[in-house]
Amino acid sequence: MTVVIRNTDKELFTSGHRGCAGCGEMTAVRQVLMVAGPNTIVANATGCLEVASTGYPETAWAIPWIHVAFENAAAVASGVEAALKKLGKKEGVNVLAFAGDGGTFDIGLQALSGMLERGHDVKFFTFDNEAYMNTGIQRCSSTPYGASTTTSPAGRVSIGESRPKKPIAAIAAAHEVPYVATATIAYFQDLQKKVKKALDTKGPTFMHIFAPCPTGWRHSSDNAVQISRLAVETGVFILWEAEGGLENLKVTYKPKKRKPVEEYLKMQGRFRHILKKPELVAEIQKMVDEKCEKYGLPPVEG
Amino acid sequence: MEMKEIIRGNMATALAAKMARVDVVPAFPITPSTLFPEKISEYIANGELDAEMILVESEHSAISAAIGASAAGARVATATASQGLALMHEVLFIASAMRLPIVMAIGNRALSGPINIWADHSDTMAERDTGWMQFYAENNQEAFDLMLMAFRIAEDRRVLLPAMVGLDAFTLTHTMEPVDYPSQEEVDDFLPPYQPPYTLDVNRPMTFGSFATPESYMEFKWSHTRALEESPPVIDEIFEEYKKRFGREYKRVTGYMTEDADVIIVAMGSVSGTLREAVRQMRKDGIRVGAVKITTFRPFPFKEIVELCGGAKIVAIAERAISPGFAGPLFGEIAGAFINQPSRPLISDFIIGLGGRDVTLKDFREIASTALKEAEEGRVEPLVKWININPEEAPPGGE
Amino acid sequence: MVKIYLGAVNPHPGSALRYKTGTWRTMKPVVDEQKCIGCWFCYMYCPDSAIQMVKRTIKKEIGGQVKEIERDLAVINYDYCKGCGICAAECPVKAIEMVYEEK
Repeated sequence: MTVVIRNTDKELFTSGHRGCAGCGEMTAVRQVLMVAGPNTIVANATGCLEVASTGYPETAWAIPWIHVAFENAAAVASGVEAALKKLGKKEGVNVLAFAGDGGTFDIGLQALSGMLERGHDVKFFTFDNEAYMNTGIQRCSSTPYGASTTTSPAGRVSIGESRPKKPIAAIAAAHEVPYVATATIAYFQDLQKKVKKALDTKGPTFMHIFAPCPTGWRHSSDNAVQISRLAVETGVFILWEAEGGLENLKVTYKPKKRKPVEEYLKMQGRFRHILKKPELVAEIQKMVDEKCEKYGLPPVEG
Repeated sequence: MEMKEIIRGNMATALAAKMARVDVVPAFPITPSTLFPEKISEYIANGELDAEMILVESEHSAISAAIGASAAGARVATATASQGLALMHEVLFIASAMRLPIVMAIGNRALSGPINIWADHSDTMAERDTGWMQFYAENNQEAFDLMLMAFRIAEDRRVLLPAMVGLDAFTLTHTMEPVDYPSQEEVDDFLPPYQPPYTLDVNRPMTFGSFATPESYMEFKWSHTRALEESPPVIDEIFEEYKKRFGREYKRVTGYMTEDADVIIVAMGSVSGTLREAVRQMRKDGIRVGAVKITTFRPFPFKEIVELCGGAKIVAIAERAISPGFAGPLFGEIAGAFINQPSRPLISDFIIGLGGRDVTLKDFREIASTALKEAEEGRVEPLVKWININPEEAPPGGE
Repeated sequence: MVKIYLGAVNPHPGSALRYKTGTWRTMKPVVDEQKCIGCWFCYMYCPDSAIQMVKRTIKKEIGGQVKEIERDLAVINYDYCKGCGICAAECPVKAIEMVYEEK
């Protein structure tokens, strides 16, 4: 006789959504909602998550959820929070804002900054797959140096994206809000601990979740978790948290042996052109090394 | 028990929002509406209004936060004008499609190019496709009354649509006029608490703002449009109730001396007062002229326009907006009301008062006489005439 | 007929369950119940909530005695599993194998 402990029907974000097989973002959303629980309202920006989960008449959301437009998840969430406060219904209810990197780093940056500055009790989560994926893999300010996207394609005279990744979590932390953290799906205990901390913190919080995309990054559908792991193990993505400002930044996971960045790049088709040129790999390695040194990560080995 | 104060139009709309016990006010300042969020802030600071104010960082965020708050079950109001309203554009469609009864006071102001802060209807005209109800106030009393009624009309279960209340920049927003207003008890009796059918509620989870494919989008738009089309009887009902309670009569369209008029001049907003005075004076001179004031522009009053204006030889539209490459927007709307009628007057378009240019009795005389001449000749040529402008264009390439 | 609700609201939470995404896959994960240690990793990593965790007891030899111990088991919900393979890739004891779907 078996007792089902966790099942599809009781999920807050159910099966049946149209996300690609192996989508890192969907996994991240599930990991977040496992902690947030049913007393949660989500304001969601336009993007892969929104489109794939709410094609009428289907919705994968078993919690109250609202989508308005692309750039205003933080503003909509601000309105929800203010209304609940006024109506005396805020107690014990989480108000979350979900947006992709597009709706956070670029078009969503103004509304995010406003929400953080005004001090709303809203927890903002950005699911970063490093390009405008829903419209077909166009570059975003989140796209890392050297990645090939449809608007920063690798070509005869181009190495792909020529700008470094915008440090969005540092920008959020510079607003001196009570809690900012970075996380990714492979390290789900770290991610969920941080989600809990964000939910338990009064006031605005920001969490940057790194979410690999098999379709956009050109890797096989079973690799999203492994790639997010390699991003951390190579130092490409650093797991940290900061309470009340950048000066309080604490790295929450340091790989004991930091792997060379090539191990991360070689798993993804969007970097295929980089791997053909050792000087580009070296350039990216140097950029990663400089950042890692600032954050106190060990030097690369191997 | 009626109270009277001499206040600016902005204060009248803020007072109405306060008496309506608004819950959340997300607002961003813009001339000439700035006094609205300022006054609301003052009410809250002095404990006169228990509301959450969100001092957003742009108008786009103002309307976005308004949607979030309204969907969460709060009564929401805000104010903006001109560029601010234009910045809200993409979100306005969403607010009405979601059937959220947000009330917004608009300090009708010219849209930029060049930048101008004075009275003009181009800002709300540019939003006539958004599915919002639109009301235009002639004076500060109307601004107060229409703002208060807007909450009641918008929240009515048979309507559930957002509403804009337009009051001309500076002419009304900043000019002090006497306003009668009821007691709080009377307002509470007129306007019950907001009870939406669907909210963001953890006890009853729902999805707002789905992705709709070609298989369902049209049905949604049909349903949304019907709500606006079926709202006139509800608006009339509430106007009637307001008259019974507070003694002031409102009609979606009002005629003045139209019964035997040869020429009827149609206008909206503050110029209507000047127009009626011009009509009185012209009548003394034996000119058979009448005036029509449109108070409810959306839903568009097809029937009432035809009834009031159908008997004239010519309808002269005096409007404070232009749709370049076409004519004035009101021309298109009124021509649309008449086009399928078995008999119809000529329709002539006059552009007045853009960017706050003063509109005078002389202007209306000119409009009436031009229109009467057109009626005599049996043709309207040119279609669009600009009143009281004096351009001298510099030669190209500079001087 | 398109059923529409006021304001284009969808009042049916989780109605996505009507759409069985299991038809998407070409390969499917098969859990070896003997090997599965009930660590919940596959459940945590599945993008589609297509894994259910069930309670069960297994017989295990501990110190010369056969004992009954509780150990959770991962059960794939084939109605929704898209066959992405993340569970098989991440299982720490390689208890999940991807096999071709038989049509």
